[in-house]
Amino acid sequence: MIQIKNLTKNFGTTRAVDDISFEIKRSEILGFLGPNGAGKTTTVRVITCFLAPTSGTVEINGLNVFDNALEIRRKIGYLPENTPLYHDMNVVDFLRYSAELRKIPIDKRSMRIKKMIDVCGLGDVLHKDIGQLSKGYNQRVGLAQAMIHDPEIVILDEPTSGLDPNQIVEIRNMIKELGKEKTVVLCTHILPEVQSTCDRALIINKGKIAAHGTIEEISASQTGGDRIHLELQAAEGDPITVLKAVEGVEEVAVVPGAGVTKRYRLGTVKGSDPREKIFRTIVDNNWTLLEMRRDRTSLEEVFRLLTTN
Amino acid sequence: MGNILAIYKREMKSYFNSPIAYIIISLFLIISGYFYSISLFLLNEASMRNVMGIITLMFIFFIPAITMRTISEEKKTGTIELMLTMPIRESEIIIAKYLAALALLVIALVFTLAYVLTLSLLGNPDLGVIFSGYFGLIMMGGAYLALGVYASTITENQIVSFIVGFVIIFFFFMLDKILIFMPAAIAPILEYISIDYHFNNITRGVIDSRDVIYYLTVIVFSLALSSHTLASRKWT
Repeated sequence: MIQIKNLTKNFGTTRAVDDISFEIKRSEILGFLGPNGAGKTTTVRVITCFLAPTSGTVEINGLNVFDNALEIRRKIGYLPENTPLYHDMNVVDFLRYSAELRKIPIDKRSMRIKKMIDVCGLGDVLHKDIGQLSKGYNQRVGLAQAMIHDPEIVILDEPTSGLDPNQIVEIRNMIKELGKEKTVVLCTHILPEVQSTCDRALIINKGKIAAHGTIEEISASQTGGDRIHLELQAAEGDPITVLKAVEGVEEVAVVPGAGVTKRYRLGTVKGSDPREKIFRTIVDNNWTLLEMRRDRTSLEEVFRLLTTN
Repeated sequence: MGNILAIYKREMKSYFNSPIAYIIISLFLIISGYFYSISLFLLNEASMRNVMGIITLMFIFFIPAITMRTISEEKKTGTIELMLTMPIRESEIIIAKYLAALALLVIALVFTLAYVLTLSLLGNPDLGVIFSGYFGLIMMGGAYLALGVYASTITENQIVSFIVGFVIIFFFFMLDKILIFMPAAIAPILEYISIDYHFNNITRGVIDSRDVIYYLTVIVFSLALSSHTLASRKWT
């Protein structure tokens, strides 16, 4: 549905987005991940025709966004970063204003506004000025504005920043609901958000695509095996050399700590699960096993791996 | 067209929902009223000439004050991104905001019709000259407002916007005054560019299409430049 081909965007001499190409399919939720300043917002601004690309093209349903800006914008609902809203307007006036500018036919306007008030839970604050609302309500008004014209594509730039945990859950549920019928692009640097809401993720770093695919694919492609944490009481023998000899264990490191017990962190070969063998080895050596825990590589680690070199 | 109307209505609401409109209009009336009463009571003149002269001076300060927030504020708060990712053209935003500022100015001027009313009760003023004077004020104010809107599109800082607007307007205002220092070869050109020269033509009671065309040119040119500046964000 959205095709981005060789998109590059320069700001003066800095290159914010560097030759990226990807595709967003119809009715999927794409998590657009990256550290601050990676080029997420810039990419999104090109998709929404707020900025022109330095080179490359963005096409939506085969239409170039730069040449057909007004037409494309009708299909997109967009919540910009930091949720800019008119603070001197009250909620219902603002929704009416958005409905008017979004060219919703007059006879459908009040129906759509009511729907948005319902969906976004704005019933209690209808006549309050937006400037007086809490951050959470601001965000909801921003979402309502982005969905009011029932767009095919909804682009949300950090929709949960600055919200409390309850509000975050609410907004995420709204996004998930939205993704059932719409194409949603969710820009964020909060990883659990992607894990809990998105079908696919795209990680960008310094303007380049670092990884792309489903969350499992990304995790699998980027890391070695899982890690195993051990807590041992070893009266005699040298656990490090012994454990290293176990098949499937790649490396053994001592985790510094106090007490008679010692903690070890074991790296394993990709795809192997040597826990049983480790347990046997420990028993054979007459050591006491206090804890054994396997750590699957999380998206967080993948993200850190991909974005810190 | 629908967009222009919608944005225009929002702008008007935002002028009158905040103290801006009231402060600007009352200050405008206090200062012009003071000069009106001086010319009436001290000089015993039943004319608007003095007041209009003062109003043209007041425009230099009042107009940048009206226009400084138009685009700058939207740039500062980021709402410009909201607007320009909706199906709206840059020119529609500029025109709507310009028209709202013009409406505010016209409202302020309408209040000064009270002076004309009292004049016609007390004396026998030449209404033809007075109304062509008003026409001139609206033309002149309209041109200044367009320049002010342009000043507002180039910065997100309202104070910078005010100062730049003031400087541009002051330049056009001063052109007429410094003509005598200019070489004879370029003086007619500068005279034609000067806003005051055309204003004086109109206040003499002669509405000449050349003067009207001059003002419309300044307005259209400034607004086109503003919408071009707003669109230039795409390539920076």
